[in-house]
Amino acid sequence: MLLTITTTHKPATDLGFLLHKHPDKFQSVNLSMGKAHIFYPESSQNKTTVALLLDIEPIDMVRGARHLSGKGFPLGQYVNDRPYVASSFMSVAISKAFSTAMNGKCKTKPELVETQIPLEAKISVLPAPQGGETLIRKMFEPLGYQVKLQQHILDTQFTDWGNSKYFTLELSQTIRLQELLSHLYVLIPALDNDKHYFISQSEIDKLLAKGQGWLVNHPLLEQITRRYLRNLQSLSKLALERLSEGEKIENLEAEENPEQKPRKETLHQKRLVLVLEQLKLSGAEKVIDLGCGEGKLLRMLLKEKQFTEIAGMDISYDELSKAKDRLHWEEMPPKQKERIKLFQGALTYKDKRLEGYDAAAMVEVIEHLDENRLPALERVVFELAQPKIIILTTPNREYNIMFENMKTASMRHTDHRFEWTRKEFESWAKGVAARNNYQVKFLPVGEVAEHIGAPAQMGIFTYGN
Amino acid sequence: MEIKIPELSLVLMIGASGSGKSTFASKHFGKHEVVSSDECRGIVSNDENNQGATNDAFELLHYIIGKRLKNGLLTVVDATNVQSSARKQLTQLAREYHTLPVAIVLDVPQQVCEQRNLQRPDRNFGNYVIRQQQQQLKRSLKGLKREGFRKIYILKSPEEIDNVTNIIREKLYNDKKDLSGPFDIIGDIHGCYQETIELLQKLGYSIAPVENNGVNLGLAVSHPENRQVIFLGDLVDRGSNSPAVLKLVMSMVRSGIAFCVPGNHEMKLQKKLKGKNVSINHGLAETLEQLEQETPEFIAEVKEFLYSLISHYVFDNGRLVVAHAGLKEEMQGRGSAAVRSFCLYGETTGEIDEFGLPVRYHWASEYRGQAKVVYGHTPVPEAEWLNKTIDIDTGCVFGGKLTALRYPESELVSVVAKKVYCEPVKPLQPEQKTALTHQQQYDDLLNIDDVIGKRIIQTRLRNNITIREENSITALEVMSRFAINPKWLIYLPPTMSPCATSDLPDFLEHPSQAINYYQKRGIQTIICEEKHMGSRAVLVICKDQDTALKRFGIANEGIGVCYTRTGRNFFTNPVIAREFLDRVVKALTKSQFWEKHHSDWVCLDAELMPWSAKAQSLLKDQYAAVGASAQNSLTEVELALQKTLARGVDGVKPILEKFSYKKTAISKYIAAYRNYCWSINSIEDYKLAPFHILATEGAVHVAQNHEWHMAQIQEICQADEKILKVTPYKIIKTQDSDSIQAAIDWWLDLTNQGGEGMVIKPYDFIVYGKGGLLQPALKCRGKEYLRIIYGPEYDLPDTMERLKHRGLSRKRSLAIREFALGIEALERFVRKEPLRKVHESVFGVLASSSEKVDPRL
Repeated sequence: MLLTITTTHKPATDLGFLLHKHPDKFQSVNLSMGKAHIFYPESSQNKTTVALLLDIEPIDMVRGARHLSGKGFPLGQYVNDRPYVASSFMSVAISKAFSTAMNGKCKTKPELVETQIPLEAKISVLPAPQGGETLIRKMFEPLGYQVKLQQHILDTQFTDWGNSKYFTLELSQTIRLQELLSHLYVLIPALDNDKHYFISQSEIDKLLAKGQGWLVNHPLLEQITRRYLRNLQSLSKLALERLSEGEKIENLEAEENPEQKPRKETLHQKRLVLVLEQLKLSGAEKVIDLGCGEGKLLRMLLKEKQFTEIAGMDISYDELSKAKDRLHWEEMPPKQKERIKLFQGALTYKDKRLEGYDAAAMVEVIEHLDENRLPALERVVFELAQPKIIILTTPNREYNIMFENMKTASMRHTDHRFEWTRKEFESWAKGVAARNNYQVKFLPVGEVAEHIGAPAQMGIFTYGN
Repeated sequence: MEIKIPELSLVLMIGASGSGKSTFASKHFGKHEVVSSDECRGIVSNDENNQGATNDAFELLHYIIGKRLKNGLLTVVDATNVQSSARKQLTQLAREYHTLPVAIVLDVPQQVCEQRNLQRPDRNFGNYVIRQQQQQLKRSLKGLKREGFRKIYILKSPEEIDNVTNIIREKLYNDKKDLSGPFDIIGDIHGCYQETIELLQKLGYSIAPVENNGVNLGLAVSHPENRQVIFLGDLVDRGSNSPAVLKLVMSMVRSGIAFCVPGNHEMKLQKKLKGKNVSINHGLAETLEQLEQETPEFIAEVKEFLYSLISHYVFDNGRLVVAHAGLKEEMQGRGSAAVRSFCLYGETTGEIDEFGLPVRYHWASEYRGQAKVVYGHTPVPEAEWLNKTIDIDTGCVFGGKLTALRYPESELVSVVAKKVYCEPVKPLQPEQKTALTHQQQYDDLLNIDDVIGKRIIQTRLRNNITIREENSITALEVMSRFAINPKWLIYLPPTMSPCATSDLPDFLEHPSQAINYYQKRGIQTIICEEKHMGSRAVLVICKDQDTALKRFGIANEGIGVCYTRTGRNFFTNPVIAREFLDRVVKALTKSQFWEKHHSDWVCLDAELMPWSAKAQSLLKDQYAAVGASAQNSLTEVELALQKTLARGVDGVKPILEKFSYKKTAISKYIAAYRNYCWSINSIEDYKLAPFHILATEGAVHVAQNHEWHMAQIQEICQADEKILKVTPYKIIKTQDSDSIQAAIDWWLDLTNQGGEGMVIKPYDFIVYGKGGLLQPALKCRGKEYLRIIYGPEYDLPDTMERLKHRGLSRKRSLAIREFALGIEALERFVRKEPLRKVHESVFGVLASSSEKVDPRL
């Protein structure tokens, strides 16, 4: 919530001219959700410090920012860190309070604009995402700053809770003020994923304007762009394209776990291709994707003439809405719409709608159920719905050691209730098959590594003997 | 002249255009009972005479008729109906809904029709049309009976039509709704006379030989409490004395002490006696041999008796249905060949099993009706309830036993067979022994149809409660992704409303308003309980694994479960969960809870502390994070502002004051959440504070007042004070100002020491006021606690002023709905209703909690 900029340039009071703010005045500018105050805690020929203080009205913020209530924490609107940190609010405040300086203008002393002066910026406090200190350094150090970081503990009374994600950041470099300001303008929000206002096309323009001259050469260009635009894929892709001046940039994935995600993503593609292959091989015409999520497999199925009836079921209504969007459900021609249907359902409830299909796919589904619910799933799918073919995939736990960033004994997804070794999966699958008159065979999904198998495993169940 | 028709029938008006059908129909039937083809033409085409719209109009007509018949409503079809093909569709429709078709024919002279049509400008078709219709009608008359009409009335002139003064609606023979027992319903006898007599005596009937008066066949049977017997058919065949059984039953039916429905064996015997060719097997030979000893007069009486038997009966205002092989809901109280056949033979799939017997479709497993259905036909080792149905044929003739069900007591009484009279084709014992009841096996899987879509749930406390579809959608996701095994989930707690907003300047909440709420509604005594700040926890605990299996149908999941208010397992670590539950069970056992409550299980409503145990990630990601960021920033801010002030810059002071306040507020906020956190190093760091003994075997303890609950809980807590925590409480008289002041003082005390506040409840568990159910509890939260709810700076005068405009009505209505649903779920469980009924209510609570409401309340 506080940014101070200190210079020891002689005379240090030049900072006032550069910023177009008188050192002896307390000034304020209005923001959409409160105010920003500009004042000088220190001002002398040797050393001058300007402070930019965010004064956010929590109530205004609540009204303007419904999205702040995080999933699972409905009180997020009322109890949150926004008023106390340097976030995109800070960027807005910088551009409002120091607009002349950011535009590189200085009426009184125009030569100062082009002068590199010793500057120190201090931010209290800066939230950093996963990756913390490293990420902050990677963002500022390539720009020539000396970086000093102090990470704060969550609660001094409960030291076992560990560190917070908040840092006090100090940057120093002899640099033009305009440059410092535009660096801060872009990088502060890029460190904080939670942007306070709606992201639109004009955001790209702002990013491009403020990043002129330095962003395109920054080693973390992609990440900064993406983070600045808050993981909005199409927008950030567009921005990247404009930055790369016409060169197309392929396949940008939303990031969560930067190290793991790209690999997993291709794995998922591989998995779906394999599932599709098996479905085609089976000769099935009516297929159902149990746990279809946002409908990636459904889209692949639609393209195949073989499948005359396609259904997607998922427990999450949100995912189904996404699937509808991705399938362009509303504009779908009637003939195509006749081939496909989507509905909400749960695999632990007996459900007539699941009957009558030749084949069912369950791609990475079972591991999202508590193990004691599997007998219910078994009855619903294998005993009652009873498609001729069931293609089921699940992670192979043995392979987890190949993921560098994974802690031991943790799982690939926070919602996974279990991850099985090949032996565990095969023993379960064989039991299910025996009890329900299916035959089962197994296939690895992804590249097989010695002793530990492939990243995921597939069971192909065929009804009857 | 009077016309008699069955109460539930499909009446076809038959007659040419202009014969007076509409006039007749509107004179004798209700507005909604008459469905007219002309009107349907109008609806689909704006023109009642548009022949081009005929197909659409009839489709609509049939649709409407179908809906009405499904709902059990007499329906009159006002259309010409002169073509047999048109009638055929309608009689089929009647059959589909098991209702009886009736024909009322208006066969008036052609001239009358022609004249009437002339007077109507909209009927501009030629006379040849009427002529044609008339001809078709004439051709039809003979065949009506064959077409399946149960009653046919032909009115040949306008005079005859006018002479019809009244249409009498006759009850169906199976309608015995006005009789409500008590009954003793007896299963398949198959000639086991000895056992029948023994069973009747065991049931309290006295049987004495008397002189044959032509009705009693020489037997007088009576019961001191005037109970009546219902025989479920299959009286004869296989056993050693079918004639004696027939005599007994006939005597009892004729004297009005018994009812009897026919079984398939009676039907076959009847056919044989009528001289028809039937295969003499399945014990018929024995019966025929035994009957040879009887007089021809008796055999004639038997014939008549068998002929008179009604396929099934509906008793007790529709609450009890009896039929030999059972009866589906949509067939109850209806009449058709299909109904009769179902009653006699049940539902079969057409396949034959390895013993050469027809494969039966288990209709009872899908039964959803309100009425209890008692039946026999299929021998079972034990009579067991399944979805309100019970098969009481316990295979006496095969050496099993003869069983009676007492109604309404639901008590089973049986006598063991004297011997094996006949070897069963299929072994009577089930192939595999299982510890689960039929109901539990059936309940193994819930049906999605019982939870999705818009739902209406009947509750005892508050009648019907509607669950909106969008809430079911959310609840389904939460239930199936996160909730525990639904067999454990017999209750979910309701949300709790805060008290009304305080009018004191410094308080958002204050006990005065809560006390006032009950006082104003005439409640004399209330109870104030300290509100622990932990997490809501419900415990369902069994004395041992065996109880978990027998009562809950759960194997290999331990002795119980501790779950959150949304049905999630409280403990993510199963080892800790087991250890914790074991401690609680030990305490229950030590305090002799099981003996005192005659129960092997209990459902407890409780608060489990510390808050940090369950809310660890919330605390770290939100509460402590906000504290850490704010405290570190504000320290720097304060410093910078102080320096600036020291430089003599104008305008700094008010801002410094503002930010100093923020710093104080954040310190208080941190202090507030810290109160509810401590580290867990061993099981004894958990503290469980139960506050309701919700249910035990046979009882939901809502009739007990809260003082009772507190006293019971105190006894349990004393058994293990290390992990069980007694909740301090005070009983307050709402008419006594000293008493009220004591409550307020106590609250101030508690909250000043960092307590969350208190919960204020009426002394009795369930209380009604003028507008219905009252809030079962109101919470009243302390000043400092509210910082972690409303934000660290909520006590700024401006903010406080704004917050005081909060609206509570939505929260309150949800609290009452959820309370009623939660108690309903428990009551259904205690009544041993099917799991889907319990689940429906619990699901309702979860769906209701997904309603959007201010989360700060």
